[in-house]
Amino acid sequence: MNSRPLWDWDAAWEVLPLLLEAFITVTLYVTVVSSFIAAVLGLVLAIARRSSPRPISALIGLVSNVIRMTPIVVQLLFAYYIFLDAEPLLIGVIIFGIHYATYMSEVYRAGIDAVPAGQWEAATALSMSRRRTWGAVIVPQALRATVPALGNYVISMFKDTPFLIAITVTEVVRAAQTYGGNHFTYIEAITLTGLIFLLSSYPTSLLIGRLEKRLAYTN
Amino acid sequence: MVRDTSQEEPAIRFQDVNKSFGDHVVLDQLNFTVNKGDRVTLIGPSGSGKTTILRLVMTLEELTGGYIFIDGQPLTHDLRDGRRVELKEKHRNEVRKRIGMVFQQFNLFPNMTVIENIIEAPVHVLKVPKSQAITRARELLDKVGLADKEHAHPLELSGGQQQRVAIARALAMDPEILLLDEVTSALDPEIVGEVLEVLREVARTTDITMLIVTHEMQFARDVSNRVLMFDSGSIVEEASPEVMFTQPTEQRTRDFLAAVLGD
Ligand SMILES: Nc1ncnc2c1ncn2[C@@H]1O[C@H](COP(=O)(O)OP(=O)(O)OP(=O)(O)O)[C@@H](O)[C@H]1O
Ligand SMILES: [Mg+2]
Repeated sequence: MNSRPLWDWDAAWEVLPLLLEAFITVTLYVTVVSSFIAAVLGLVLAIARRSSPRPISALIGLVSNVIRMTPIVVQLLFAYYIFLDAEPLLIGVIIFGIHYATYMSEVYRAGIDAVPAGQWEAATALSMSRRRTWGAVIVPQALRATVPALGNYVISMFKDTPFLIAITVTEVVRAAQTYGGNHFTYIEAITLTGLIFLLSSYPTSLLIGRLEKRLAYTN
Repeated sequence: MVRDTSQEEPAIRFQDVNKSFGDHVVLDQLNFTVNKGDRVTLIGPSGSGKTTILRLVMTLEELTGGYIFIDGQPLTHDLRDGRRVELKEKHRNEVRKRIGMVFQQFNLFPNMTVIENIIEAPVHVLKVPKSQAITRARELLDKVGLADKEHAHPLELSGGQQQRVAIARALAMDPEILLLDEVTSALDPEIVGEVLEVLREVARTTDITMLIVTHEMQFARDVSNRVLMFDSGSIVEEASPEVMFTQPTEQRTRDFLAAVLGD
C-alpha cells in the first residue's frame, strides 16, 4: 500500500474511457437536453408573464420563485420519490430543465423589458399582430442581450450535473468514485474528471461568444 | 351607432374626447374633424396635448371618454343602445390599418435590414406577395433617396436616413392617414432639411390626409392647409397657415408664436 505512487498512469488510462462514456452519455446529454428545455420553457414563461392577466402572471412568478429558492438536489429527490417508476435519468433531465428555466426566464424578462416601448408602438402603428410582434421584433431583440447570461447558466447547469448522484444516476463524478472505490485510485479518476469538465467548459464559452456575434445587429 | 350622415365622411373626427392620465386631465371634451386630404398642423405649448391626440388616433393610448371616428367608423369605442362600448381588438386592427405614424425617435426595428423593415407589415399584415412588396419598397426607398441602403441595418444609418426609412415604412402600408409627431426634433439641424424635403414631396404627390405636430413653422406653412392652435387640451384658434402665422386673432397664439419664432 505504501509503495503506491501518487499518480499511476496505467490506472489513468484504464479509467479514462469509463469516465468519458459517463460524461458523454449522462453529463453532456443532460446538459444539452436540459439546456434546450430550459431555454424554450424559460422564454415561454417570460412571455406568458408579460402578456397574461395579472393573477396568472403573479402565479407564474410565485411558482418560479419557489423553484429558484429551493436547492436542485431537493427537487431531484422530491421528483425521484414521487415518480418511483420513472427512469432517474429522465427525472434528472426534466428537473434540470425546469429548474434552470426559472432562471433563464428572469434573464429573458430583463431582455424583454429592455426593448424600448417605441418598438411596441411601431409594431402597433404597422398593425402587426401580437404574435408577429413578439416573434419578429421583441424576442429577437431581447435574445441578443441575453445570450451571454443564458450561456453562463448553461455552464452553471453543466457543473451542477453531479447532483444527479442523489438520484442514483451514474454521471461522470459517480463513475470516478465507483472506479476509485474499486481500485483505490481516487486521485487519477477525480483529477481526470476535473480536467474533463475544465476542457469542455472552454469550448462552450467560445461557442457562446460566436453566437453572440451572430446575433449582433450589424455585420 | 353614432354615424356621420354627410356623404363624405371626414378622415378623422373627435367627438367629445376626454383623456386623463390619473387625475391629470389632458383633453377635455375635444371636438374637431380633419377632412380627407387635409394637412392639419397642430401647434401649441409643451404639454398642451398634441402628442396625446396623435397617439389616441394611432390607438397607442386608450380614450378616457368620447369617440374617435376614422372615415366615419368608430375606432376604439362606439355608442350602441345609448351605451358607450369598447370595440374588439380585431375591429381596432382593421381600422388601424388605414393609419400610419412616423415617430420622433424613428423606431425602426434594429434587428431587420432597411428593406425588411419596409416589407414587414405589407407582407405579414396586408398579405402582399413578398416579391411585390420588395418592388414597392424599392420604389419608396428611391423616393426617399436611399435606394442604395436596402441591405443596411438601421443603426448603420444617420438619424436623417433612419427617419426617411421610417417614412418609407409608413408609406408602404398605403395609409389614408399619416401622423407625424415632431419627426425632425431628434435630428441634427443640418439634416432636418432632407427629411422635410421628403415629406414635402409626399404631400405634393399623394392625397394622404396628414396630421402633423411640428416646431418647423416654415414646413407647416408649406405643407398644411389648416393649423390648429392648442392650449391645455383645447383648441384656442383655427386658421389657414397664412393667417395663423401672420395675423393670429388670439393673444395666446401670438405669445406662443413669438416664443417659438424667437421674436
Ligand atoms: N403616459 C403618460 N402618463 C402621464 N402623463 C402623461 C403621459 N403622456 C402624456 N402625459 C401628460 O399629458 C400632457 C400632454 O402631453 P403631450 O405629450 O400630449 O403634450 P405635447 O403637446 O405633445 O407636448 P410637447 O410639445 O412637449 O411634445 C402633459 O402634461 C404630459 O405630462
Ligand atoms: Mg409632443
